[in-house]
Amino acid sequence: MLNQLTISELTGKLAKKESSAREAIQACLDQIQKVDGQIHAFLSYDAADALAQADAADKALASGATHSQQPLLGVPIAIKDVLAVKNHPLNCASKILGKFISPYDGTVIEKLKAAGAIVFGRLNMDEFAMGSSTENSAFGPTHNPWDIARIPGGSSGGSAAAVAADECIATLGTDTGGSIRQPAALCGCVGLKPTYGRVSRYGLVAFASSLDQIGPFTKDVRDSATLLEVMSGVDHRDSTSVPQPVPRYHSALTGDIKGLKIGLPKEYMIGGLDPQVNAAVQAAVQQLQKLGAEVVEISLPHTDYAVATYYIVATAEASANLARFDGIRYGARVDGKDPIELYSNTRGAGFGPEVKRRIILGTYVLSSGYYDAYYLRAQKVRTLIRQDFLKAFEKVDAIVTPTTPTAAFKIGEKSDDPLQMYLSDIFTISCNLAGICGLSLPCGFTTNPKLPIGLQLLGKPFGEETILKIAHAYEQSTNWHKERPLLKI
Amino acid sequence: MEYEAVIGLETHVQLKTKSKMWCGCANEFGAPPNTNVCPVCLGMPGVLPVANDEGLRLTVLTGYLLHCTIPRFAKFDRKNYFYPDAPKNYQVTQYDKPSTANGYLDFEFNGGMSRVRITRAHLEEDVGKNFHFDRNSGVDFNRAGVPLLEIVSEPDITSPDMAYAYLNALKDVLVYGGVSDCDMEKGMVRCDVNISVRPKGQKELGAKIEIKNMNSFSGARKALEYEIPRQIEVLTKGGKLSQETRRWDDVANITETMRSKEQAHDYRYFPEPDLMPFEPTEAWLEEVSKRVVELPLARKQRFMVDYELPAPDAETFVNDVPLGDYFEKAVASAKNRKAIANWVINNLRAKITETQIPLAEVKVKPNDIPELVALVDNGKISSKIAQDVFAEMFTSGDSPAQIVEKKGLAQVSDTGAIEKLCDEAIAANPKSVEDYKAGKVAALNSLKGQVMKLSKGKANPALVGEILEKKLKA
Repeated sequence: MLNQLTISELTGKLAKKESSAREAIQACLDQIQKVDGQIHAFLSYDAADALAQADAADKALASGATHSQQPLLGVPIAIKDVLAVKNHPLNCASKILGKFISPYDGTVIEKLKAAGAIVFGRLNMDEFAMGSSTENSAFGPTHNPWDIARIPGGSSGGSAAAVAADECIATLGTDTGGSIRQPAALCGCVGLKPTYGRVSRYGLVAFASSLDQIGPFTKDVRDSATLLEVMSGVDHRDSTSVPQPVPRYHSALTGDIKGLKIGLPKEYMIGGLDPQVNAAVQAAVQQLQKLGAEVVEISLPHTDYAVATYYIVATAEASANLARFDGIRYGARVDGKDPIELYSNTRGAGFGPEVKRRIILGTYVLSSGYYDAYYLRAQKVRTLIRQDFLKAFEKVDAIVTPTTPTAAFKIGEKSDDPLQMYLSDIFTISCNLAGICGLSLPCGFTTNPKLPIGLQLLGKPFGEETILKIAHAYEQSTNWHKERPLLKI
Repeated sequence: MEYEAVIGLETHVQLKTKSKMWCGCANEFGAPPNTNVCPVCLGMPGVLPVANDEGLRLTVLTGYLLHCTIPRFAKFDRKNYFYPDAPKNYQVTQYDKPSTANGYLDFEFNGGMSRVRITRAHLEEDVGKNFHFDRNSGVDFNRAGVPLLEIVSEPDITSPDMAYAYLNALKDVLVYGGVSDCDMEKGMVRCDVNISVRPKGQKELGAKIEIKNMNSFSGARKALEYEIPRQIEVLTKGGKLSQETRRWDDVANITETMRSKEQAHDYRYFPEPDLMPFEPTEAWLEEVSKRVVELPLARKQRFMVDYELPAPDAETFVNDVPLGDYFEKAVASAKNRKAIANWVINNLRAKITETQIPLAEVKVKPNDIPELVALVDNGKISSKIAQDVFAEMFTSGDSPAQIVEKKGLAQVSDTGAIEKLCDEAIAANPKSVEDYKAGKVAALNSLKGQVMKLSKGKANPALVGEILEKKLKA
């Protein structure tokens, strides 16, 4: 089945003309037909458009185009509903955007298209990427392919579930506080959050501008490297993108991690950590040692303040970022007798409860009289958290932690308790505050029920090569990534 | 009790860039509504701003022109408020770390010099323009994202007239410096006024009242002329003033309450995360400083001192910079500067107006003007002939000496030749001779005119008079 393949497997077949891009996208569309009724990873997709892109790729392949020129030629890649794709719907899983169709391609989408990818589908998410379970989608939750009674994680739950359920070869998501790594862990795939500034944010509908990054969901580490290389690089349309050369990430995938130093932060071994998750992570650490890495205990002393800091910085930025959704220029409008009433009606009807909660929180922390106590202080703590990591990285090449404290929880289990929900990002949030890179990959399963467990690797700023190298070596010495959920069809 | 006014101004000026501040759309007035727009300036989901370098340069240039310090670290902030003309519902501006600070503007006022200190000039973005129709409203976003400089003065202004003089002087500096065209009609300059009154001699300031919605400098003056007595009247009647924002109604010519302090916006400023702080390098600043030009007042003073010109002449050369530059080239090595100024202002400028030939294409070379003046001063040609010579210089581009030579216009001072012409005139006009001898002195002028005519204007008029008198009295 072509939809089950990785990027490298599929491009191998396409290059040898054993399969066509049309067959590949058709296999994905068939799988979506079969399973997405229970998964609900996709909000929408345009099959005709996807097939036309596949035909164009096949034509290019027939006339001699190669994957060394276009590494994604003929590869179907689905997109989180927060990234702008020209002429595709752009809803951010919210009602407020109405029937909005993006008039432009984001930079990453342009790069994907230039690399020959079949860019298709809109993947479900928490509304405006606010959430950890994809239950906050205005269009209904996504279900975890390993147990459809459970959440897939979030906010990029659709992106993770689509890869896990083989509805696609790879997908794109975004990560503001763990929104790639957490669902990747809970669905058993590889999710990478690049260093802040590595990938252009132009075309990413901002939740928290200083924290957001776009990253790939893939079935193995090699694919993650492939996509990162295509996506990365400075962009004249994003002032926060960094003019750092883009390495050939594949060349880092040697399997040799002898002598690398990996830090184990003592602050991450907390009480709330599920024993099965803990055991899987400990076993993974031993495996890394077996592969020749040196594991040392490190300290990230300001870890305790990360969640609070995050919910001040992120909501403050969000309160301004989401102000533009007002019913004046585009999207849904609920009229009123004056502009203020129009805004209230439109935003009252258009935003879901979690989005409203965060806008209110963000408005509050920026308010006159509270700014210094909340926003300004949070920025200072953020600097301390970044310094924790930079100091740690003087001693180690990478840091290893669990990605999440528990495996996937049940739909509805935490939806009435925002604080419990916020704590499910406890291991992933610091990475965004520090602006460093992080990756989650499968490191085992719980038993009864069988649910994936994720291992998180954190790297230095622009240290993606190192974490990809370690992740690749680990993955190749285990079989976790080969396991597939058993979907009832 | 006598009261005094304390006035500060916030002036918004559109910068003269080709494109908008954060995107590549044209910065252009008068295009059909919503044609100079793109996803960025419309605030579409997912877009990001990228700073226009020329906008940053013009901001710093203004700082130099207003004698400001230029901090080596500036940043952008978001100012949050909802209004239909604001595409993002926040305005990108500079809050606590502006690009320029602590300057001043000197200007002529009340026959002397005044100085108003400039608190800061910070860069922000303009918003769209709302239009109201019978049944609905529309927004034109062509203006949204145009770079806007907010120039904030210290409360150093004491009267409506001084405010007016300050605004005009500021405009002169900005237009002169190439920062903005400051075209009022096109809304390129707007200003808000902060005004309070206090008993003369009191140190503490009165309640600050902001007035908005003046769309001209004279509107600002009128608003102040209304507002100052209003505030004084409230106080003298025992009332109290409190901080508020008022709107100027330019039809009724009154100010009215817009919002009180309690209703004041909380703009919730915070650093704009989509833009990096602006940290200019020394080399970059050096490039900008090369664009600093001489300011109108300084130029006027220099022309008056260096060339000993009267104020009106100096002002002419301030208002018409190319003409002033031309004068400076003409006057370089010459002595009779006033005469050169007269030729440039009265003759050259008149010819330019008459022929519509731009100064850059005028054939008269600057160093031909002092040559012409010297010909008159040395008695080589009469000032009347000089007019003809200049006309010829303007059409042919030849030097005055060449023209005088070619056309034989040199003044005749040969006594023999003039005596001959005088004899001819006396013989031909017995009536005038009779009149003169009968005591009518004016008759001499008539004879003089005849001689000049016979000489085709070339005879030295002084010499003609002398010889005629001698002959008639003989």
